Amino acid sequence: MIAALAMVALIGCIAWAGAAGGLAFLFSVVLPYAAVIIFVVGVIRRMVYWAKSPVPFRIPTTGGQEASLDFIKQEKWDCPCTKGQTVVRMILEVLTFRSLFRNTHAEVLLNDPVNKGPRVVYYSSKWLWVFALLFHYCFLVVFIRHFRFFMDPVPACITLIETLDGLMQVGVPRFYVSGGLLLVALLFLLTRRLVNERVRYISLLNDYFPLLLLICIVATGLCMRYFDKADIASIKVFIMGLAHLSPVSTEGLPALFVVHLTFVSVLLLYFPFSKLMHMPGIFFSPTRNVPNDTRRVRHVNPWNPPKQFFTYAEYEDEYREFMADAGLPLEKQPEKGMADDGLSLEK
Amino acid sequence: MAKLPTPHELMASRKDFPAGSWLDVKPEFAPGSFCYPAKVETMERLHMPHPHEWDPAAEDWNLPANWEKILCDAFEERLEKHRSLKLFMDICVRCGACADKCHFFLGTNDPKNMPVLRAELLRSLYRRDYTMLGKLLGASVGARGWDKNVVKELFYYAYQCTECRRCSLFCPYGIDTAEITAIVRELLHEVGLGTHWIMDPVKNCSFTGNHLGIQPHSFVEIVEMLADDCETITGIRPKTPFNEKGHEILFITPSGDVFADPGIYTFMGYLLLFHELDLDYTFSTYASEGGNFGSFVSFNMAKKLNAKMYAEAERLGAKWILGGECGHMWRVINQYMGTYNGPAPSCMMDVPTSPITGTRFENAASTKMVHITEFTADLIRHNKIKLDPSRNDHIITTFHDSCNPARAMGLLEEPRYILKAVCNNFVEMPENTIREQTFCCGSGSGLNTEEIMELRMRAGMPRGNALRYVQQKYDVNHMACVCAIDRATLTPLANYWAPGVTVSGLHELVGNALVMKGEQKRTMDLRQEDLPNVDPDEPEDDAEQGEE
Ligand code: SF4
Ligand code: SF4
Repeated sequence: MIAALAMVALIGCIAWAGAAGGLAFLFSVVLPYAAVIIFVVGVIRRMVYWAKSPVPFRIPTTGGQEASLDFIKQEKWDCPCTKGQTVVRMILEVLTFRSLFRNTHAEVLLNDPVNKGPRVVYYSSKWLWVFALLFHYCFLVVFIRHFRFFMDPVPACITLIETLDGLMQVGVPRFYVSGGLLLVALLFLLTRRLVNERVRYISLLNDYFPLLLLICIVATGLCMRYFDKADIASIKVFIMGLAHLSPVSTEGLPALFVVHLTFVSVLLLYFPFSKLMHMPGIFFSPTRNVPNDTRRVRHVNPWNPPKQFFTYAEYEDEYREFMADAGLPLEKQPEKGMADDGLSLEK
Repeated sequence: MAKLPTPHELMASRKDFPAGSWLDVKPEFAPGSFCYPAKVETMERLHMPHPHEWDPAAEDWNLPANWEKILCDAFEERLEKHRSLKLFMDICVRCGACADKCHFFLGTNDPKNMPVLRAELLRSLYRRDYTMLGKLLGASVGARGWDKNVVKELFYYAYQCTECRRCSLFCPYGIDTAEITAIVRELLHEVGLGTHWIMDPVKNCSFTGNHLGIQPHSFVEIVEMLADDCETITGIRPKTPFNEKGHEILFITPSGDVFADPGIYTFMGYLLLFHELDLDYTFSTYASEGGNFGSFVSFNMAKKLNAKMYAEAERLGAKWILGGECGHMWRVINQYMGTYNGPAPSCMMDVPTSPITGTRFENAASTKMVHITEFTADLIRHNKIKLDPSRNDHIITTFHDSCNPARAMGLLEEPRYILKAVCNNFVEMPENTIREQTFCCGSGSGLNTEEIMELRMRAGMPRGNALRYVQQKYDVNHMACVCAIDRATLTPLANYWAPGVTVSGLHELVGNALVMKGEQKRTMDLRQEDLPNVDPDEPEDDAEQGEE
């Protein structure tokens, strides 16, 4: 946690110093371009890396009744048996975090009155789901709103989103709900990591770092909008320049903006090498993205090794006498038995 | 086996989290926390790599000289073979949603039994070699290299996971720690590390036909004895066809049901049901094992043991296979069998079809293997068997969903449909402990061995608690299940957590309730215990009515 904080602070300071010390070009032109390129290439490379390994087995986790007999109702979305149903399952997973919605919190009571002894009690625990969903959707809205800086004229849909987002009119400039909630959600996720013993124990630098980075991005963004009141028009000119691959002069860019942009660039740089890859990863998830139909349709494993097993013939060879004695049908009668028969015939 | 502490002591003795980072904590191999190692001769007979003598409690595990290279190469190979592994290594966000979903964690409070940390043990090794951040920043981002203590740790925690997949249900990305555990076990086998309780059955199953190593003639003898018992109880001696060619159905069930109490009563239930239906079927002594301990070893071992089913169906000319009650057996059949050893032999019919009702089991069209509860539920639906549920009136039962049928198959309603038809008193356990959220018996995936009994009772705590809850609240005195391992493991679990609750397979209760043509008046259940409210001297008007 401390290390992550230090790293983020350091990045912020360097960017600030850079902006002040005349290195704005480096931080607000070179770095963003590099970041975007590395982000795109990195994400694609990791996805290709995953895709290179085959899916030898079909292992969906079934979350409900399978399709079997016609009088038993199938849970289509939790235990899909067709492609279509699987698509619905995936959509619900990606858009509503359905698995996380199931979350419970288990506590062990040592002296439960009903059990007259220890008992595990399960509490519904939707907070993680609520804030995770809040974070991702607010992030999406904020992300979309930022397109106003990349496009001229601003498309109507973005203006619409802005209008909706800004409906809760408090003060000037217009307050966007998404930005505020985004910060709240991030702070919740960070607090949870620090307060919940179990999560704190598993948390690594790589968990705190992206959270703090995001918090700084949001914080600098909010500052620019509400406190610093940055000159949006000139920033837009600058960003349009970047977007059209003909960067304009960095002169006069507010230092805070340079810091904000640097944080965003670092996030992009960090993304492909980190757990943030869960975003493309979810679509690959082998326990969710296939139907539960392996008894219906054969799934082929490209590296299926040859069959090698103890065959019936070997088995019978080993146990023929016993099997004959037990009256079991045989492929080949025992030789000793045949010899005996022969003897008895001769007699 | 040491005497177990009381349930209260057991739970009160759960340790707090260690103070330091998990990367620095080493596992303690205290007696009772690990399974005994496999015998060298067993491993040799099975051609496993690097068989050697070793003792988990010893400092030195006698690993082969180049163990590190073997493990690194094996890991690399698994990554190339399984997209799931790469993905699960990369995308966990350590949100902790899976943490308290694992019964081992709840029962031990050992942080490395949180599914996420169980996976991190391997992930930390992955980070060092396969991620940029790990290569650059090492331990500060949770990366580490292989060393002998890491191998020990992997062993310790790979055998404290029953591959139940409960964690994967709750993970937002569906990360399946069971898959990781399975692969870790494969890796450990590359350097000759395996457990006796798993490898011995695997050897038996390979060369004798079943886990217990029952030879063909003894197998037949035992089944004949069970048929005799059926006759004592019902007056009808069910037929016991073995290795016969030309029958429509090959029936395969775990061998535990032939051998171990209370599984044998379930087996008697099968015998009675098939006899009553005059089903055209046969057993096989060669494919006399439905279970597959190979699936607790490696994918290829599972394939090897499973191969016998199709081979035998082909030899006998069966049209389809009916499979008995078992958990991990059905994981293999439902998710792997077709892939491992399919396509099914050409002698088998296009879609398995019930000869009694004509129902086509479309969901088994490719594998040609139908679950016995699908088969029986369909019979009941079509009124093809006569049942007298009052014969089970002495029990108030609940139902334990086994992990594999629940989370790797979705078999939830069929057993309940049957249970409700054969029992008048059925109570569900609390909702977070049943159906897809079911808790493991705590002893699955080859951990059902005596030497770790205390650990099993810890891991069985959530299940045991839920059972005790319905016992105290609704007077439940019985738990039905559809798994052979469960039948063996839930019995000690119930004795410990909810004494007084008996355990049985579903088809034992079917056998009790089944009204057979021409049977004598039933005065005993399949365990030959007196049925309540039955006066043996009264004339058998009930049964006669049944004949109409
Ligand atoms: S729920 Fe999934 S993503 Fe979250 S910590 Fe567990 S394995 Fe990782
Ligand atoms: S598969 Fe089951 S036993 Fe293994 S980590 Fe997940 S919840 Fe625990």
